Amino acid sequence: MRSFVPDYELVVAARLNDALDMLAEGWRPIAGGTDLMVLFNAGKLPYRKLVSIRRVKELSSIEESETEISIGAAVTYTHIRQHPVLRQEFPLLCSAASWTGSIANQNRGTLGGNIINASPAADSSPVLLVYDAELELISLRGTRRIPYCDFHLGYKKMQIRDDELLRSIHLPRKTENRRSYIRKVGPRQAQAISKVCFAATARLRGSAIDEVRIAAGSVAPVPLRCHATESVLRGQSISPDLIETAANAIAAEVQPITDIRSTRDYRRAVTANLLKQFLQTLA
Amino acid sequence: MAECSVSFTVNGRIQSVTVPPMKRLLDVLREDLNLTGTKEGCGEGECGACAVLLNDELVNSCLVPVRDASGARICTIEGVPAAGQLHRLQQAFIEAGAAQCGICTPGMIMAGLQLLSRCPHPTLEEIREGLSGNLCRCTGYMRIFEAIQNVAQSSE
Repeated sequence: MRSFVPDYELVVAARLNDALDMLAEGWRPIAGGTDLMVLFNAGKLPYRKLVSIRRVKELSSIEESETEISIGAAVTYTHIRQHPVLRQEFPLLCSAASWTGSIANQNRGTLGGNIINASPAADSSPVLLVYDAELELISLRGTRRIPYCDFHLGYKKMQIRDDELLRSIHLPRKTENRRSYIRKVGPRQAQAISKVCFAATARLRGSAIDEVRIAAGSVAPVPLRCHATESVLRGQSISPDLIETAANAIAAEVQPITDIRSTRDYRRAVTANLLKQFLQTLA
Repeated sequence: MAECSVSFTVNGRIQSVTVPPMKRLLDVLREDLNLTGTKEGCGEGECGACAVLLNDELVNSCLVPVRDASGARICTIEGVPAAGQLHRLQQAFIEAGAAQCGICTPGMIMAGLQLLSRCPHPTLEEIREGLSGNLCRCTGYMRIFEAIQNVAQSSE
């Protein structure tokens, strides 16, 4: 059943501090609305007092420093797709942005919103894991930074307090000489929620894998960085045996479920196949 | 909560409404401003029937709380013709037979306008992507793609 619209309050914050004041008083943030408005329209939005953070300037820009790129939490997917430095240095993020929702949803949907909505199927999450993203959280009490890989504690459970706002996503600029790979498997590229989304980067020294990062979405209660599989690969040279061993390792490491979009076994098999495809690109 | 007053420009005219702040832009357009060209399909941002341009960006108006659109410049399908003349994209839809039941057509036109403004000579692949958020259950899409291609070619 639809929500009773007059029950809900919405204030548009102009400044970051206004938003933080309201969060401290129990209001909840809304950015692009591409997830929360769906809940609202279905009568399932649990919050009655919402503060829109879309117009807060500090949250809507992409900043570059020598060591990192910082993406404001309310930066849209469209902005990400068009940003020249992100396209050059973080192409996996631009790819994931290009198949998150439709053009209309990319014009409204934000990277921060995607993180806080905390769907294990979010297409940007595996990318943020392989790029070693850090999240900056801000409240009236101050700011703190935490590695993205520690942020999701369980299904829709996150390391963020009610008075905290995700301010920005920091990406370290150390992607040079890394090979990267991303693939989404779903019923169609646009709009559809992934059955599996897989991202990986690697750096080779000679024929050996010097550095490797692998992550997948829709295969566990949280976006999963596949540390066990990485340790099988690190220091090794690509061979048919290694590819087989790594595929078995990732099939054991992921913990997918059967739901309306796919089955546990299919997701496990697809994840292993995507890893193989990635490793074959390194050979 | 009390209603709030929201002002914006719709199809070139300044409009003010007094409504609950979370009322969907879609419902304000249809119910408060009688602009019923914008359709509701799924109500969850999947089908694109409610697409409008908000500050020149394509959005699904079912996902926009009206207060979030305060001060914005909104264009709906009613604002697409100029000086009593159909827009050439609308004309191209007619000529290509790109509309059947018509429910998706306003959203298709808005998505097509957004695509052509960002990319005046799109490839078929770019047209498919530009319209990927708009569902049509009648035409099979080919004539819609053709209409957009015809407009792109005629402006070469």
